[in-house]
Amino acid sequence: MTTISENSKNLDMALSNDRARVLKSLVLSDTLFSFATRAAAYAVLLLLAGIIISLIVGAWPAMKAFGFEFLVTERWAPQLEPEPVLGALAPIYGTLVSSFIAMLIAVPFGLGIAIFLTELCPHSIRRPIRLAIELLAGIPSIIYGMWGFFVLGPFLANYIEPSIVAAVVNIPVLNSIFSGEMVSNLSLFNASLILAIMILPFITAIAVDVFSTVPPVLKEAAYGIGCTTWEVVNNVVLPFTRVGVVGGVMLALGRALGETMAVTFIIGNSFKITGSIFAPSTTISAAIASEFAESEGLHQSALILLGLLLFVLTFIVLATARFMLMRLEKRAGA
Amino acid sequence: MASYAARRRNSTFIMGLCLAATGIGVVWLFLILYSLLINGIPGLTLAVFTEMTPPPGEHGGGLLNAIFGSLLMTIIGVGIGAPIGILAGTYLAEYGRHSKITPVIRFINDILLSAPSIIIGLFVYGAVVVPMRSFSAVAGSIALAVIVIPVVVRTTEDMLLLVPNTLREAASALGLPRSFVIRRVAYRAARAGLITGVLLAVARVGGETAPLLFTVLSNQFWSANLLKPMANLPVTINNFINNPDANWKQLAWTGALLITAAVLSLNITARFFGASKDGR
Repeated sequence: MTTISENSKNLDMALSNDRARVLKSLVLSDTLFSFATRAAAYAVLLLLAGIIISLIVGAWPAMKAFGFEFLVTERWAPQLEPEPVLGALAPIYGTLVSSFIAMLIAVPFGLGIAIFLTELCPHSIRRPIRLAIELLAGIPSIIYGMWGFFVLGPFLANYIEPSIVAAVVNIPVLNSIFSGEMVSNLSLFNASLILAIMILPFITAIAVDVFSTVPPVLKEAAYGIGCTTWEVVNNVVLPFTRVGVVGGVMLALGRALGETMAVTFIIGNSFKITGSIFAPSTTISAAIASEFAESEGLHQSALILLGLLLFVLTFIVLATARFMLMRLEKRAGA
Repeated sequence: MASYAARRRNSTFIMGLCLAATGIGVVWLFLILYSLLINGIPGLTLAVFTEMTPPPGEHGGGLLNAIFGSLLMTIIGVGIGAPIGILAGTYLAEYGRHSKITPVIRFINDILLSAPSIIIGLFVYGAVVVPMRSFSAVAGSIALAVIVIPVVVRTTEDMLLLVPNTLREAASALGLPRSFVIRRVAYRAARAGLITGVLLAVARVGGETAPLLFTVLSNQFWSANLLKPMANLPVTINNFINNPDANWKQLAWTGALLITAAVLSLNITARFFGASKDGR
């Protein structure tokens, strides 16, 4: 017995030496790993700071040169001598109007699809339909641009837009919004339609997600007292998920505001505010994409200032969206 | 109150509209794929994968240098972005779960996730291209990495939060240090999800054009020099498609078909990866 206990004592001592060594190396790798994750997490914050700082630094000369005038000037003449005249009004107008029209089209469609998928769709075809719509979000922006330029644009300009123009030609206001002077495959409306297709999967995906947070008992209770499907959707599902739906819509709006390549291809890059949605226009991102590589000096700085404006705009929209979605999450968790 | 029949009719009508919306929504994918196929397939020859981009006005040529550049920059971009993203996601889901900074980082990350990619291009232009005084493949790769990071952070955090706490507790009870609990237990349990996240990030940057326009530019020739402009598919398509040269236009369509096929199959693979995990 004594030998065994002595043996185990020796063994224990040897082990405790080893253990101390192993423990030390473990502590080291533990600390390193924890430090690395923390550093990476803070890098995300630094990234945002870096983006803001680099945009402000780049935009500074233009801010000094144009000041507040930049926001209210329509003229964009980078080659003007001696001093270029550059104003952001036309791209801001194009960005806001194209996103607005895109939302007008995409929101009803997105919600309709989400209602279909959550309330009506047989289980077996739900996944293929979701996949087909979500894959739309995977198609690269430049492909939408090409498709809009070569396929959708000519189709709209040849078959759809002339009849709209003809239908409203004698109605005041509408005949200036749908003015037929410049119907071509490059226009604000074509860009909006492509944008609508591009953001449709975002609206649908978020709407399906928030619709499925509705507790089944609520819907069952409504069906139980004899509500029709639409009444259940309208009186139970939509009120319950309103915050989340609005959040999802804002998220899609954030996407639409910053969408670049697709719009650059089909909006026509014209710095003019015409009031007609069938006329060419431009957006902030399209202006940057088409002019930045050949720009220099004040022109380049003005383009970066445009980028800064776009970033602030999307930041506000996306932040609002996230706050709304967070509110819904809290409620669903409670 | 309207009669039951009227309410039923109303409901059927609106549900019919929802059905129609779904039909219209699904159609776009097929219309776009159809155009890509009929315009892209005629140019799909072996030469596309073995020859360089041709000068304007010449026949033949391929997209070899552009495909190579795109692959290289995507690999470098994801190689930089994915580890940072996974580590940051790990912090949010594990170490910093109860820290006050975590919601802030998560919020900022969500903003970066949806930030316009052209802004990332402007940022990298100011932060890398201007100091280096040259457009370069490095700058393009960094721009792609900046886009990859938020995608991977998000999926990593989501997937790690799905790992049951009892697994972590059991591992801790055995005396495993925290980092081992995370690396040996949590990562392993969430592996399919983490891979899905990286695949989705690859798919996201595979077709990105805007941030490359003024970071790498493009290159007519073969170049493997990371410090010089490098040919890449999206910018090549962008330059070729608007050119009257028929050969260039054909190559652009074929390139577009290749990119879309690659990105969509990555998307589908990622989805099945995620789905098979759920089913287990």
